[in-house]
Amino acid sequence: MIINHPLLGPRDSEEFVYLGSADLINRPTNWEDEASAEDFYQYLYIRENIAGDNRELWYHEQGDQSWLVVTRCTLTHEIKSVELAQDVSRAQGRSK
Amino acid sequence: MSRTKYSAFKVFKEALTGHKGWEPAWRDAEPKADGYDVIIVGGGGHGLATAYYLAKKHGITNVAVLEKGWIGGGNVGRNTTIIRSNYLLPGNEPFYEHSMQLWENLEQDLNYNAMVSQRGIMNLIHSDAQRDAFIRRGNAMLFADAGCEYLNKKEVKERYPFLDMDNARFPIQGALAQPRGGTVRHDAVAWGYARGASDLGVDIIQNCEVTGFNIENGKCLGVKTSKGEIKAGRVGVCVAGSSSRVMAAAGINLPIESHVLQAFVSEGLKPHMDNVITFGAGHFYCSQSDKGGLVFGGDIDAYNTYAQRGNLPVVEDVCSGGMAIMPCVGRARLLRMWGGIMDMSMDGSPFIDKTEIDELYFNGGWCYGGFKATPASGDCYAHLLATGHSHEVATEFRLDRFRRGAMIDEKGVGAQPNLH
Repeated sequence: MIINHPLLGPRDSEEFVYLGSADLINRPTNWEDEASAEDFYQYLYIRENIAGDNRELWYHEQGDQSWLVVTRCTLTHEIKSVELAQDVSRAQGRSK
Repeated sequence: MSRTKYSAFKVFKEALTGHKGWEPAWRDAEPKADGYDVIIVGGGGHGLATAYYLAKKHGITNVAVLEKGWIGGGNVGRNTTIIRSNYLLPGNEPFYEHSMQLWENLEQDLNYNAMVSQRGIMNLIHSDAQRDAFIRRGNAMLFADAGCEYLNKKEVKERYPFLDMDNARFPIQGALAQPRGGTVRHDAVAWGYARGASDLGVDIIQNCEVTGFNIENGKCLGVKTSKGEIKAGRVGVCVAGSSSRVMAAAGINLPIESHVLQAFVSEGLKPHMDNVITFGAGHFYCSQSDKGGLVFGGDIDAYNTYAQRGNLPVVEDVCSGGMAIMPCVGRARLLRMWGGIMDMSMDGSPFIDKTEIDELYFNGGWCYGGFKATPASGDCYAHLLATGHSHEVATEFRLDRFRRGAMIDEKGVGAQPNLH
């Protein structure tokens, strides 16, 4: 698989480390709240595990060490789009 | 259908009479209009074994196994055929030892040649720390009556002189062996269980894809399929590899990611390896099939996928692992390679449990260890479906164990499926 890095251009997926669903950006922020246990349970362990277009986090370990959000079809391995995770996160209103 | 008993005498008799007396091994059925007591979704090894033990041990014979394609066409036909019970943790080891004991009596029980070969399995040790860890594992195995043997460097070298004993990065210091481990003809497992279940009255229905569940007031009343709706008293989903997709139809998200594991067979070679050898440090394991091909594999590709094929970086990684420990394979040509989709659970261990929906049960999350578990998975799932209670060796395989903090994490690496 070739990942078209927004800053560096096409790179072999072997340079990257895969983390999982891009939902992992949305770590619950209410960790001091006793009731957050359920949120953390869902965040840590439960996966949508999509068959189709999946938004996922890839880390460019052997490159510029940026985190990317890659939209990739899990049925065909076709990569539809690549964004900087930083941009995605800020667009969702997070500080970084 | 009355069972044709397979025997050497029967083979001899058929040879002399033009092979006219053979019958289909199992009955291809269509759904009954008035439904079933139990429907098993998924005609793989685990599903067929479940149906067999439901009928055999619990007398529940009004059972259907629904299979999207043809039976045995999924992971039971896509693995590396290894059986073993060399686990560490209390939640796992008794279960896998139960499975091993069922393997040991499988062919007699089913009257079917599954080519169970207890040729032994050997895990290589490369450092003092790894030896300590394996000795601990060995003790856990002895507690569960699984049996094990520690081999020192000299003994390993005597048995397998082709191993690179003085590898610069991973010198071989010894091995933990389980002489009762080995290999089984994987397709025969599916066919043998299908034949056994079919003889006891189970309907095996192929080309019947489950597309949804009939759920009313929190209770599952049956399934929607490509052959229409089928009523059921109880539904057991058993579709490892596609678990998330099927359970999503019931509105349940699982602690599972789907990943692809690749496996490989070389051209046929002369017999030189009468054991399964695993090189865990480099992620390579290998055995030699009866046809002479080296059957080997390594790591999962480590990204979510439902495509039954992997990518080349892992091929290179697996082959370099093989070259590191068995340089003699360097000139063997690769004959075939394939990928199977794994239910990678968040702690590397499976599930055999009820769900939050009444009469809907779930079996899955087998990671890349499902084949060896086939008989015990079927036995324990049948026990759960018949009695409503977990089998005594499968009490820990619960869907809510992450919520309770009761993970069964053999490697202690946490909720990261691509590390298990």
